[in-house]
Amino acid sequence: MSVVPVLEARGLTKRYGRVVALDHADFQLMPNEILAVIGDNGAGKSTLIKALCGAVIPDGGEILLDGRPVHFKSPMEAREAGIETVYQNLALSPALSIADNMFLGREIRKTGALGRWLRLLDRTAMERRARQKLTELGLMTIQNIGQAVETLSGGQRQGVAVARAAAFGSKVIIMDEPTAALGVKESRRVLELILDVKRRGLPIVLISHNMPHVFEVADRIHIHRLGRRLVVIDPKEYSMSDAVAFMTGAKRPPENVLAA
Amino acid sequence: MSDDVVGVKAAERGFVGGGADVASFEVDHRGPLRQLQHFLHKYPTTVPFIVLLIGVLIFSVAAGSRFFAILNLSLVLQQVTIIAVLGIAQTMIILTAGIDLSVGAIMILSSIVMGRLAVVYGVPPELAFLLGLLTGLICGLINGLLVALVRLPPFIVTLGTWSMYGAMVIFVSRSETLRQQDVAAAAPLLQWLGSSFKVPIPGWGTAIITYGSVLMILLAVLIWYVLNRTAFGRHVYATGDDSESARLAGINTKRTLIATYTAAGLICAIAGWVTIGRIGAVSPLAGQNANLDAITAVVIGGTSLFGGRGSIIGTLVGALIVGTFRNGLALSGVEVLWQEFAVGALIIIAVTIDQWIRKISA
Repeated sequence: MSVVPVLEARGLTKRYGRVVALDHADFQLMPNEILAVIGDNGAGKSTLIKALCGAVIPDGGEILLDGRPVHFKSPMEAREAGIETVYQNLALSPALSIADNMFLGREIRKTGALGRWLRLLDRTAMERRARQKLTELGLMTIQNIGQAVETLSGGQRQGVAVARAAAFGSKVIIMDEPTAALGVKESRRVLELILDVKRRGLPIVLISHNMPHVFEVADRIHIHRLGRRLVVIDPKEYSMSDAVAFMTGAKRPPENVLAA
Repeated sequence: MSDDVVGVKAAERGFVGGGADVASFEVDHRGPLRQLQHFLHKYPTTVPFIVLLIGVLIFSVAAGSRFFAILNLSLVLQQVTIIAVLGIAQTMIILTAGIDLSVGAIMILSSIVMGRLAVVYGVPPELAFLLGLLTGLICGLINGLLVALVRLPPFIVTLGTWSMYGAMVIFVSRSETLRQQDVAAAAPLLQWLGSSFKVPIPGWGTAIITYGSVLMILLAVLIWYVLNRTAFGRHVYATGDDSESARLAGINTKRTLIATYTAAGLICAIAGWVTIGRIGAVSPLAGQNANLDAITAVVIGGTSLFGGRGSIIGTLVGALIVGTFRNGLALSGVEVLWQEFAVGALIIIAVTIDQWIRKISA
């Protein structure tokens, strides 16, 4: 354990009234890995993810980024710290263009008086950088960067959201169900995209219900159950049905794995 | 968004069940109607422009030179100034997927504050004017705070403040109208927007343009710039388009809403200034129809009541359409009731087209 986890949570708790969503949950993301987070509905995995990306403030426990404690009060603060999230709903604005969406909330202004006093946006710079990022990720099948996002297919939209995260994420990218709404072909492309982002050296947290997808791309699998981390398994050592059995409580993971 | 996801899933099922032939058929051949839909999706302001053009053509034939005289057309411009300025404020609100029913009340309240302070209480006109603008700004701020922080539906908030600001109009004005000559004596500044200049157009006649109309154009250009060339403007669109997505993308949607309602309140106060210029007097009964006419102008101008799409230019054209139809039908000898009928029909047609354009998919 000499390597410091990029993102770590220790003993996170979160209650909604009487419901305990997080019950001393732990979490560790190592550098340059794809960590899948799976769990049954209501296991608290989405609360865990929201706590990590600043959308939920935990009642207790601590979160460490590169070994240093952080306290996010909003998704904006997590973003500024280098944690980008691709939400399940993608958080894109359908009527706005691809370039507008990629820079939503962190637009580039013109330099000089036009930018400072008239707050004029630098459209050319934003479009250039958006195009560059999409090309890097092999997504420039999208012809027109000024095209409204709602005219894109589901996979292309996912691509725009991932490209946005990859363009700004400096430490971690969290992806929530990136393939849930996609067809077979488009899912393939998104999985390749995830591996591509990993090759660029960014660690990824992947939340998914799709076991084949999880087992295909994940380096480790974090199984969440009853508000806490049950176990982290290596997909090469366990089968999908094992994972599902652990997740649903049908089977107890071996003690030596639990201790790890 | 959730609708989209369902749609995609349904489309996939259709794809699997129907086989490849059906799918390729749909992708390869876009009918002329679909092409039109895509064109309008890309350039939504085309519709109001065409409607305005058709209106002008029809009335030029029906009412002849009485309508298509430059003097009459410049009169239409004067007539639409108030609802266009109010419409600019309303457009900003509707772009955030809201509605402001109190714009008319804010307008009148601001004009009463300006007028009474200057005429009755002897406050210097410049100061009275600024306090009138401040009144509008505060009214807008109250709306914004209630919508963004108390999280009430904009319709309910502004239905309530419409009544409240309306009551303030009666309270502040004591139901008195300040006569034109009294305003002229005490505060000519307040009537300045009503003064006009002549623009001779060779071979056609002389247009009479008021400073109010000039202000309307300048204001439209300014707000267009803010909405389309600044980050704040993009945030207004994004907030109205999908507020949750905008928030997750890192936009402070609450601050955006508060700023939008406040700016709209200030613009309503400017509309109040325009109103004093237009009628000369300061009356609590002025501009009774302006409230709904402004919403009409916004809707006919192609701005979607569901938020996130629309434009200031559309609203200006929408206001001109309302003005042109009213003026043209009157000059063609059509009764007032049919003018109202025509405007109502235009609203329904405009929203139908908007719905159709929104159903677009890749």
